[in-house]
Amino acid sequence: MSTLSKTEKKAAKKAKRANESRGRKWTRRSFMGAGAVAGLAASGALVLGIAIRPGDRTDALAGMVTDGNEQLLTTWVKVAPDNTVTAIIPHSEMGQGVHTALSAMLAEEMEADWDKMEIMEAPAEKDFANFELGREFMLGEANIPNILFDTVNGAMLAAAKSMNLQITGGSTSVRFTGVGAMLTAGAAAKEILLKAAAQQWDVPLSELRAEKSYIYHDKSNQSAPFAEFAETAATIKPNLRPALKNRNEYKLIGQSLPRVDIPAKVDGSAVFGIDAQVEGMKYATVMAAPVHGQSVATLDAADAKTMPGVIDVYNMKDYVAVIADGYWQAKQALAMIDVMWTEAETDKVDQASIFAQYAKALDTGKKKAMHKAGNVSKAEASAASVYEAEYQVPYLAHACMEPINATAWVRDRKCDTWTGTQNPLGTKMTTAAALGIDADNVTVHNHFMGGGFGRRATPDYTDQAALISAKAGMPIKLIWSREESMQQDHYRPSVLGRFKAALDEEGMPLSWESNFVHKMDPPEASHIFYDIPNQSIQYAESPTHVRLGPWRSVDHTQHGFFTESFIDELAVNANMDGYQFRRKLLQNKPRHLKVLDTAAKMAGWGKELPAGQAQGISITDSFMTIVAEVVTVDMSSGEPRVTHVACAADAGMAVNPDGFKAQMESGIIYGLTAALYGEISISDGAVEQSNFHDYEMVRMDNAPAIDIEIITSDARIGGAGEPGTPPISPAVTNAIFKATGKRIRNLPIKNMDFGAAS
Amino acid sequence: MVQLKVNGTSRNIDIDPETPVLWAVREQLGLVGTKFGCGASLCGACTVHLDGEAIRSCVTPLSEAEGKEITTIEGIKNPDGTLHAVQQAWIKHQVPQCGYCQSGQIMSAVALLKETPNPTDADIDTAMAGNVCRCGMYTRIKAAIKTAAKEV
Repeated sequence: MSTLSKTEKKAAKKAKRANESRGRKWTRRSFMGAGAVAGLAASGALVLGIAIRPGDRTDALAGMVTDGNEQLLTTWVKVAPDNTVTAIIPHSEMGQGVHTALSAMLAEEMEADWDKMEIMEAPAEKDFANFELGREFMLGEANIPNILFDTVNGAMLAAAKSMNLQITGGSTSVRFTGVGAMLTAGAAAKEILLKAAAQQWDVPLSELRAEKSYIYHDKSNQSAPFAEFAETAATIKPNLRPALKNRNEYKLIGQSLPRVDIPAKVDGSAVFGIDAQVEGMKYATVMAAPVHGQSVATLDAADAKTMPGVIDVYNMKDYVAVIADGYWQAKQALAMIDVMWTEAETDKVDQASIFAQYAKALDTGKKKAMHKAGNVSKAEASAASVYEAEYQVPYLAHACMEPINATAWVRDRKCDTWTGTQNPLGTKMTTAAALGIDADNVTVHNHFMGGGFGRRATPDYTDQAALISAKAGMPIKLIWSREESMQQDHYRPSVLGRFKAALDEEGMPLSWESNFVHKMDPPEASHIFYDIPNQSIQYAESPTHVRLGPWRSVDHTQHGFFTESFIDELAVNANMDGYQFRRKLLQNKPRHLKVLDTAAKMAGWGKELPAGQAQGISITDSFMTIVAEVVTVDMSSGEPRVTHVACAADAGMAVNPDGFKAQMESGIIYGLTAALYGEISISDGAVEQSNFHDYEMVRMDNAPAIDIEIITSDARIGGAGEPGTPPISPAVTNAIFKATGKRIRNLPIKNMDFGAAS
Repeated sequence: MVQLKVNGTSRNIDIDPETPVLWAVREQLGLVGTKFGCGASLCGACTVHLDGEAIRSCVTPLSEAEGKEITTIEGIKNPDGTLHAVQQAWIKHQVPQCGYCQSGQIMSAVALLKETPNPTDADIDTAMAGNVCRCGMYTRIKAAIKTAAKEV
């Protein structure tokens, strides 16, 4: 971390601003320590911020984010004397472009000059919890009556804070924080600036307009920068429900603005968690019990401790830590340690026993209803025929490119943590709990993440770094090896699903019955959008010792595969084309139909293909975004090769179309990797896979060509980070079925024996 | 004591010569643009140039690099300080997402274009297959390499 003085920081800031080519600056300055900045606030600088939401914690908020004479206009925006507008973004950047997209939403409504805009990530403080996320989470799609807005906001802010919500995940950033907070904050800020100008110039408010961070009174030919009115504006109470633009008035939203984080990511200067530098820090690496839940029984570290550069070896109960001058030395020493782990029943668990346990839970266990419609048993009893299938998916690791790491310095019952996290506030809370100190004494310095995908929402590694630093009495950079990162993940669950449909004479479904183990989030992932009158969707609990966590698109990954495989099987059974079969069941769903039709058209569905090639189709609706994908598979070598993916998506509108496309491309490759190769298996209670040789990746030489088409509708803005992932695995297996007649009901595809080349 | 030449500058490091180049570059020299990904030459995140050739620094001991020229992501800008054509193409195509693998991708791409100024798709597939991008930006990487090929 930089130890620049305030003067140096200001000089650096000025120099950066002067550099026009860089335009916007991406800063984490606020994390340098709220204490020092709050001092500035107390020393008489103008800190008049007004929170856009009720509960006036303005002074406290302003102290955390402003500097010198900057004005905090609302919770999410401040204006500096040089007229720089800074958006304060309560989400972490892991390459999804959220800092760019959310700032653009704020600038759009505020009429701020995009070229002179700066971006700052909100500090890990409760007041910056992305409460819109909490509100949406609690209320779902419910409309909030205007009269309740303040109260509900207040209540939900409290709820969000108590839930420690400052999480980047669930494709929520743009669809909730953006739509709920950034647009409103921008419009409200513009409104108070205009009011302030009306006062200062003594002209009617209606004669003023804002453009590119200036206010104009055309009649008197006057104009002045926002900054001139910021001080007055900050004394005016902002409107909680300012008038918002119509979509057709947008100038920034809907444009492919270049991402602000990219230049630093091509010259090696982007600072990720693993790059944090703290003066005097030493390095640590750990080995945790291979069987989750077990702990150290005996530890012999005598040889390791004598190795050059090794400082100490700690028994941390459920893991062993080596401290050394460098990571390499720590890792070498770790390999020399003799450790025996406690034994338990879980040592006997393997992947087959887990699926047997699931099957038993579905056979005889208690089931919980997720959704019911009509009468399934009646439909099944009177049907012309009944069709059944069983599917399973394995555990999946996140395998973020950046191995798990965190740097911590615990001293004087205070902790500083430098890391990349999707969950800064959660990190603050769990670190405080682990150390037994007050959360106010934990400062989280968030960094770029080398991939998150859900893994970096679980702050176990930051606890470890803090505990090791506390014991060592020095700053510690903890780095997990790739093997540790793979084997101590929080996995996408392995899931078993059983499906049954009652069919009429034509083979069209009259009922849909699904029973599965395991359920996480979101609850609607197992629901279907097809027009089938009788439905019963249930799950059974069947916990194991294997740690679980959110994985890109969470429950939609398995349910996308289950639902779109079963629908495809029903189409084959009915002797119908998979695309036409789906169309028939989507007659009352115009958005879904359009997405499906678009993907089919893009891929030339039904066209003549070379021998050995076939197409598969699928459609899912997740995080308020509908995505259809048509995959072309080439089986001519005897093994599946995905050559092309046509993807159509309706997310209402794309705030940054190129960024949205990048998210779809990314979601497709992430899901394709899982479909083809992804498998974490358990043997003797432990994870078998360890590195990229046995947890394989799609690479340049087997990556398909991808075409994306964005469909704009009048629907609310949906998510981007996750919805591209669920449709890909069934689209691939449906294509493989068409090419080979082999139905893949268990992922990954690599386990299927395709026999000799055809 | 190990004597190294990194990005044109000679450096002496007091370290076990069996230490991989990656850790010396990151921890001793503070050049953290080169990334740790797998420690086993399986992902390419640590790619640097040794006498102009792309190597995996996580498995290359310092002893093998002595007397040779190491180039890292920090050392590939043009002499006038502007970005290398490959870096410019990366921005033009908005390649990086999380960005963690990109130093390695760029180093592999620069080495490819030096050897093969006009690579075919098959050339790109072969040269880049050792570099994993978990964000899956392969189509953009391929397009950016083709753009850069026109400039180099």
